[in-house]
Amino acid sequence: MTTMIDPPKADGFRISQLLYDTRYRAITIQVIAVIAFAMIAVFLLVNVNRNLASLGKEIDFGFLSNPSNYDIQQVLVDYSSQSSNLRAAYVGLLNTLFVAFLGCILATLIGVTAGVLRLSKNWLVAKIMTVYVETFRNIPVVIWIIATMAVLSEALPQPRAFRGENPDASMWLWDSVAVTGRGTYIPRPEWGAGSIFVVITFLLSLVAIWAFGRWSKRRFEATGQILPNVWIKLAIFAVPTLLVFFILGRPIALVSPALKGFNFQGGIQLSNSFLALWLALSVYTGSFIAEIVRSGILAISKGQSEAAFALGMRPSRTMNLVILPQALRVIIPPLISQFLNLTKNSSLALAVGYQDLRATLGGTTMNNTGRELECMLLMMMIYLVVSLLISSGMNVYNKSMKLKER
Amino acid sequence: MTDQKSTIAFVRTHMLEQLPPPRGEVGPAKWIKENLFSGWFNTILTLLSIFVIYTALSSIIPWVFGGVWSASSLAECREILDGAHAACWAVINERWQQIFYGTFFPSSEYWRTHVAFVLLLVAIAPVLFETVPRKLLFVTVVYPFLMVWLIWGGSLWGPIGVAAGFIVAYYAGKIASNYTGSGLSALIAIVAALVWWFFVGPLVVGMLDSVVPLLPLREIQSRELGGFVISMIIGVSGIALSLPIGIVLALGRKSDLPLVKMMCVGFIEFFRGVPLITLLFTASLLLNYFLPPSVTFDLTVRVIVMVTIFSSAYMAEVIRGGLAALPKGQYEAADALGLDYWQAQRLIIMPQALKISIPGIVNTFIGLFKDTTLVFFIGIFDMLAAAQSIRANSEWNGITWELYIFIGLIFWVCCFSMSRYSQWLEQKLRTDHR
Repeated sequence: MTTMIDPPKADGFRISQLLYDTRYRAITIQVIAVIAFAMIAVFLLVNVNRNLASLGKEIDFGFLSNPSNYDIQQVLVDYSSQSSNLRAAYVGLLNTLFVAFLGCILATLIGVTAGVLRLSKNWLVAKIMTVYVETFRNIPVVIWIIATMAVLSEALPQPRAFRGENPDASMWLWDSVAVTGRGTYIPRPEWGAGSIFVVITFLLSLVAIWAFGRWSKRRFEATGQILPNVWIKLAIFAVPTLLVFFILGRPIALVSPALKGFNFQGGIQLSNSFLALWLALSVYTGSFIAEIVRSGILAISKGQSEAAFALGMRPSRTMNLVILPQALRVIIPPLISQFLNLTKNSSLALAVGYQDLRATLGGTTMNNTGRELECMLLMMMIYLVVSLLISSGMNVYNKSMKLKER
Repeated sequence: MTDQKSTIAFVRTHMLEQLPPPRGEVGPAKWIKENLFSGWFNTILTLLSIFVIYTALSSIIPWVFGGVWSASSLAECREILDGAHAACWAVINERWQQIFYGTFFPSSEYWRTHVAFVLLLVAIAPVLFETVPRKLLFVTVVYPFLMVWLIWGGSLWGPIGVAAGFIVAYYAGKIASNYTGSGLSALIAIVAALVWWFFVGPLVVGMLDSVVPLLPLREIQSRELGGFVISMIIGVSGIALSLPIGIVLALGRKSDLPLVKMMCVGFIEFFRGVPLITLLFTASLLLNYFLPPSVTFDLTVRVIVMVTIFSSAYMAEVIRGGLAALPKGQYEAADALGLDYWQAQRLIIMPQALKISIPGIVNTFIGLFKDTTLVFFIGIFDMLAAAQSIRANSEWNGITWELYIFIGLIFWVCCFSMSRYSQWLEQKLRTDHR
C-alpha cells in the first residue's frame, strides 16, 4: 500500500492556526489592533502636519511666554496684562480649582443634608427633599447656571439702593456683608502684628484634634469607653485660638465693605459670575450627592441596625458606630466621581463669563494668538491631569477602605 | 371542682362587641401624629417645612397662574398686567416654534419633524416594552434611515443605499461562511460593505436618482436645524450609539489581551478626564487639522460623534461595574458548558451584567441628553440659543424666567420619564425573592 494518510505533523505550524488556535489567536488580534491603532495615529499626524504646513504654521509653544495683553477679573495670585500667557493659564487654573473646591464643600453639605432628610420619618420634609432632588437632577446644569446668574444680576439691589437715610436695601450680618446686583462684598481680614501666632495656634490645634482623635480611638478599642469626642474636638478647635487671639489684643481685624461713590470699597468682592457658577454647581451636584447618600444608607441591611439595637445601642450611636462606617464605603467612590463631574462642569463658566482655565488658556489666549491646536491640547492635558489626580486619590482611599478579606 | 366554680363572682357568658380603636390611633389623625408631629424635633421640622412651602407657593402660584397668555411684545404684556407681578407666558405662545424647531427651519416643513417624532415613539416602543408586538421591531430597524430622510430631506434612494450596505454585508458574510470560518467571513462581510458604501453604492444611488428620484423632499442643511429638534437628534443618536460602543469598551477593558486592554483603558480615561465642552470645541475648531484637506464633516455629525464617544466612555465604566458585580461562578459555568467567548457574553454574562447596571446606564443616558445643551456654545441653534435670540429681540428684550422655565420643563419631562422608566424596568426584571 503506497497510499497512506499523511502522518499528523507533531508540532508543525500552519498559518490558519493564527486564527483558529486560541493559543495564537490572542496574539493575532492584538497585533491587528495595534496595527490599526498605529495606522489611525499616523493618518492623523500626517494630516496635522500637512494642514499646518499649508497654513504656514508649526507647533510652537513659544507664545506661552509672551505677554498675555488681557486682564482677568478674579486673580488669586499676582497677575497683570503684562504677565505671560502661561501665567494667565495658571491664574485660570487656580480659578477653576477655587470654584471646584468651594463647590465640592457646599455640594457635600447640601447633598448630605438633603439625603438624610429624604430618609426622615417626617413625611413633609422627605417629600420636599424629593422634589428638590428630582427638580435639580433632571434639568441641565447650564440652565441652572444661567438662571442663577439672572437672579443675582436682576433680582438683587444695585449698590445705589444702599445709599441715603432710609435705604431700600440693607447689608446683612451686622453691616458686614453687602449683597448687590454687582457682586457680593464680604469683610476682608487685616493681618496686624502678632497675627502669625494666632494662625500657628490654629494650625497646631488642628494637629491636636487629629492626635486626640487617634488617641481616643485607641482608648475606645482598648477599653470600650467612648468619650464625648465631638465636644472635646470642638473645644480644642476654638478655645486655644481664641485665647491667643484675645491675649495678643485681637491682631486680626475684619474690614467691612462700605459704600463709597458708586460702589462698595474695602471688602473682598465676589463677582456675580463666580457666585452664580458656585451656587448653581453646588445645588445641582448636591442633588446627585443626596441620592448617593440616601442609597448608601439604604444599602446597609436592616439587620445591622436591628443587631445594634438588640445590643442596646442608642440610635445616635448606632448611626455613628454601625451604619455610617459601612455606608461610607458605599458612598465615597460615587461621591468622588461627583466631585470630578463638578470640577469638569466648572468649565461651563463660559455661560456666565467667569474666567477659568477654559476662558483664559482656551479662550482669550487662544483667540489672541490663533494657536488653537496648542491651546486645546494643553488645556485638555491639564484637565486630564487634574481628573487623574482626583481619581487616583479615590483609588488610594478605596484600597484603604476595602473589606479586608482573608 | 364544681363548688370552686360557684365561688367565682363573674363569668362572662358572651363576647363583647369589639370597640373601635381610639380616635387618635386610626385614620388621618394617627398618620399625622406619627409622620408629622412625633416628638419636638419632628414638629419643628414640620412647621418649618409648612412655612417654606407657604412662602414658595404664595409667590409662585400667583406668578404662574396670573400670567398673560396673549400679547405680542413684553411692553404690551406689562400693560395688560398693569403692575401686577406675574408671568408673561405670551412669549411662549408667540415663539414656541422657534424653541421647538429652531430659527431657520422652514415652517412649511414642520410636518416632517412631527412624523419623525411619532415614528421615533413607534420605533422605541418595542425596545422599551415587551408587550408591544415584535413585528414593530421592523420600524426600529429602518427608523435611522427614515429619520435621516425626513429631517435632512433629499431623495429616499440615499438612505436606502446606505441600508443596502448592511444587506450586502449580511449576504457576503453568509456566502463566505460556506467556504471559510466565522472570523474570516466577518472580515469579508465588512470589506464588502465598505466597498459598497464607498464605491458601488454612490454610483447606483446617483443613477437611480437621475432616473427616478424616490419621494424627494426639500433638502434642509444642518445649520437650519435647531431647537428641540436638534437636541432630540443629538440625544437619540448619542444614546443609540453609545450603548454598543460602551459595551465593547467595557469588554475590552476586562479582556485578557494586554494591548487591547491598554488601549481601552487609555481611551476611557482620556474621555472621562476632560470636560465635554473642550471636546466640542475640538470638534468645531480642531477637527479640520486632523482630516485630509478635502474632507469636511457636517458640524452636527461631528457633535454627535463627540457626544457619543464621551458618553460611551462613561457607559463603559458603568457596564464594567456590572461585569465586576457578577460572581465568578457565572463565567466558569459558561466555560463549563463549552460556550466560546462571544456565546458566553451574549447568553450568560451580558444579560445579567446589563440588568445590574440599568440604573447607571439610564443615568448616563439622562446625562447625555442634558449635555446636549452644551452645543449652544459652539454655535448650534438649540433651545438655549433660541432663548438667547428671543431675549435679544426688541419685542421681548428683558424676558428671562418664562423662557428658561419652559425649556427646563421640556428637559425635566424627558429626563424624569427616562428615570421613571428605568425604575419600572428594574422592578420588572428583579428576580431575587424579596
